[in-house]
Amino acid sequence: MWDYIKLAVLGVIVVTAAVAASMARDLPYLVHMLVIIAAAVITFIWTIRRIGEPVPVANPNEYMDGPVRYGVIATAFWGVVGFLVGVVIAFQLAWPELNFVWAEGYLNFGRLRPLHTSAVIFAFGGNALIASAFYVVQRTSAARLWGGGLAWFVFWGYQMFIVMAATGYVLGSTQGNEYAEPEWLTDLWLTIVWVAFLIVFMGTLIKRREPHIYVANWFYMAFIITVAMLHLVNNLAIPVSVFGSRSIPVWSGVQSAMIQWWYGHNAVGFFLTAGFLGMMYYFIPKQAERPVYSYKLSIMHFWALIFLYIWAGPHHLHYTALPDWAQTLGMTFSIMLWMPSWGGMINGLMTLSGAWDKLRTDPVIRMMVVSVGFYGMATFEGPMMSIKTVNSLSHYTDWTIGHVHSAALGWNGMITFGMLYYLVPKLWQRQGLYSLRLVSWHFWLATIGIVLYAASMWVTGIMEGLMWREVDAQGFLVNSFADTVAAKFPMYVVRGLGGTLFLAGAIIMCYNLWKTVTSTAERSPARAGAAVPAE
Amino acid sequence: MGILDHHKKIETHATLLLVLSFLVVTIGGIVQIVPLFYLDNTIEKVEGMRPYSPLEIAGREIYVREGCYVCHSQMIRPMRDEVERYGHYSLAAESMYDHPFQWGSKRTGPDLARLGGRYSDDWHVQHMISPRSVVPESIMPSYGFLMNRVLTRDDAEHVRDIMRVYRTLGHPYTDEMMENAVSDFFAQVDEFGDPVADRYPGAQQRNFDGQPQLTEMDAIIAYMQMLGTLVDFETFVPTANR
Repeated sequence: MWDYIKLAVLGVIVVTAAVAASMARDLPYLVHMLVIIAAAVITFIWTIRRIGEPVPVANPNEYMDGPVRYGVIATAFWGVVGFLVGVVIAFQLAWPELNFVWAEGYLNFGRLRPLHTSAVIFAFGGNALIASAFYVVQRTSAARLWGGGLAWFVFWGYQMFIVMAATGYVLGSTQGNEYAEPEWLTDLWLTIVWVAFLIVFMGTLIKRREPHIYVANWFYMAFIITVAMLHLVNNLAIPVSVFGSRSIPVWSGVQSAMIQWWYGHNAVGFFLTAGFLGMMYYFIPKQAERPVYSYKLSIMHFWALIFLYIWAGPHHLHYTALPDWAQTLGMTFSIMLWMPSWGGMINGLMTLSGAWDKLRTDPVIRMMVVSVGFYGMATFEGPMMSIKTVNSLSHYTDWTIGHVHSAALGWNGMITFGMLYYLVPKLWQRQGLYSLRLVSWHFWLATIGIVLYAASMWVTGIMEGLMWREVDAQGFLVNSFADTVAAKFPMYVVRGLGGTLFLAGAIIMCYNLWKTVTSTAERSPARAGAAVPAE
Repeated sequence: MGILDHHKKIETHATLLLVLSFLVVTIGGIVQIVPLFYLDNTIEKVEGMRPYSPLEIAGREIYVREGCYVCHSQMIRPMRDEVERYGHYSLAAESMYDHPFQWGSKRTGPDLARLGGRYSDDWHVQHMISPRSVVPESIMPSYGFLMNRVLTRDDAEHVRDIMRVYRTLGHPYTDEMMENAVSDFFAQVDEFGDPVADRYPGAQQRNFDGQPQLTEMDAIIAYMQMLGTLVDFETFVPTANR
C-alpha cells in the first residue's frame, strides 16, 4: 500500500514539474524542472521494480552504513570537482584568456567562482559532515540511524540540491548573496532536506543506548540547528514568478549586509567549524586510540564557541555604512573567539598525549594533527584580521582569500582526508589502507600546496593593500588600480600551482581509496556492522 | 569546578541540549540585527535617492547574474586613499533599494560605487567587449556577448514583475510608474522618447551601446552610468550621529 502511495506522489511530482517546465520563464528554471523530473522518474522506476518483493527487515542492532558509504564516495567526488574548479579560476585570474570567448556567459570567472565556493563548502564539506555525522552518531549512541529510509532521502536529496545549485550558477541563476547564491526553489528544497537531516540525527540521539551524549554530537547538533536558522533568515525571498527561477531577497541595503555576514561568517563558524569539530572529536581519539584530553575544556569551549561565533559577522563590514557600534561588537567578539577556538585546538592536539610517536608511523594521524594545527593558525589570523586597523589594510584584498584557504584547505580539507582514510577500511571491511606511502605523498603535496597558496596570498594581499594607500609627498596617490593588478601576476601563478598540488594530492587519495576497496584483504566479517556500545 | 558537574543534566537530554544550543546562538543575531531596522542612521532618507528605473533594474539583474560582485565592491570606506580614488564615502541610504546589498567583499577590480559618469558610454562598450584593449593590465573577462542579447517585451514585463515585488517590499513605485514600466524600459534608450527622468529624477536617457536595438549592453551601461550619481555631495550635509 505504502509503495502505491509513493508511486502516486512521484507521478504527481513528474506531472507538476512537467507542467511547470512547459511554463518556464527562464532556462535555469527549465533545467531545474528537468532535474526534478529525472529524479522522480528514477525513483519511480526503482520503486516499481521492487514492488511485491519481500522487504528486507533491518536489524535494529546493526548500524546503517549505506548512506555513510555513499556519502564517503560523494565527498571524494565533489572534493575533486570543487578543487578542479578552484584551480581553473585561480589560473583565470593569472591568465584572463582562460575566460574562453566560446564559453562567455557560462564559464566566466563571475559564474565559476560561486560554483567553486559552493562545491567545496556545501558539496565536499556538506557531504563530509552528513556522512560523518551519520557514522559518529550511531557509534557513540550505540543505536541504528532513526527514521528508516529517511537517511537515504537526506543523502540523495542533498545531492539533488548540489546539482540544482551548480547548474543554476553556470546558467546565471543567483540572488547575489555570497555563499547563499541559490534562488528560492533550490533554497526551499535544501530546507526540506536539512529538516530531514535534523530529524534523523535527533531521532537517533533520542533512542541512544548510551546515557551521555558524546561531545562530537553536541557540535554536530549545534551545527545542524544553527545552519537551519541562518539559511532560513538570510534566504527569505519573494519569487518573481512561480514559473521563474528569480526571487528577490526581502532584506535590502545595510540590513541585508548585516544579515548576509551574520549568515556568511557563521557558515564558517558552524558549517566549517562546529561541524568539523564534531569530526575532530570522534576521529582523532579513534585514530590515536587515546581519550579526549579534557572533558571540562570541551564543555567550556563548546558553549563559548557557539555563543561568541554568532556575533562575529560585522568584522566583514568594518568602516562601511554599518553603524560603528555594530562593527566594534563584531571586532570584540571576534577577538574573544580566539580563546574557545584554541580551546578546541588544545583539546584536539593534547588528545595525542602519550601517542605522539604515532606521528612518525601513521600518516593519517599526521594529517589530522596538521589540520588541527591549521585550525589553530587560522583562528589566530582571523581575530587579528578582525581588528579594525588591520582590517583597514586587509579588507578587499587577497589576504582574506589566503586566510580562508589556509583554514579551508588546511583545517577542513585535511581533517576530511583523515576521516576518509579512517572510514573507508572500516566501512568496506578492509584490513587497512592500500598504501600508506601514497597517504604520505598526499600529505606532503597538500601541505606544500597550502603553504604556496597562503604565502602567495599574504604577499599579494599586503602588497596591494599598501599600494592602494600609498601617497607621495604632495599627497597624490602613487599607484593606479591597474598597477596593483599587474604587480600581483607572479603570485597568482604561484597560487595556481599551490592549488594544483592540492588537487593532485586529492586525486592520489581517490586512487588509494579505490584500491583499498578493490584490492586489499577483507577483514573477518564476524564483528562487522554489529552494534557495540560506545565504540 | 562544581558548576560543570551540573552539565550532566544537559548532556543526558538531547532535546534540552538542542533547545539550549539554539537559544545561545540566537542572542548575537538579535542584538546586532534588530536595531538596524529602527536606528536613524540606518533607515535615514537622503535627498536624491530614488528607486531604480526599469532599464536600470535590468542592468542590475545582469550585474548580479554575471557575479560582478565577486570582484567589484560598491562600498567606499572613509579612508583618505579611498575617498581620493573613488569619491565620497558610501552612505547607508545609497544602497537602501538594493535587494540584496552589492557592497562586495573583494576588490579584484576597482570599487564601482561611484562609477556613474566617470567614463563615456563608448569606453564602457569597448571595455566590456575587450577589457585589455582599454586597460592593458586588466584581468577582467570579456562580456561582448551582452551586445548580442536583445531585450524584448518579455524582458520588460519581467522587470515590471520585479518592480511589483519591490513595491511589496516598500519601494515607493507609484501607480503611474507601474503602468509605464514597460514603455519606460524601452524609452530610456531613445533620446527622443518619453522622458523617463520625469518619473525617475536623474535617469539618463540615450542609446548607450550605439546599436539600433535594445540589448543587455544598453541595460548594464545604463546601470553603471547611474551608480553613485543620485546623491549630490555638493549639497549633502551629514547628520550629527554619523
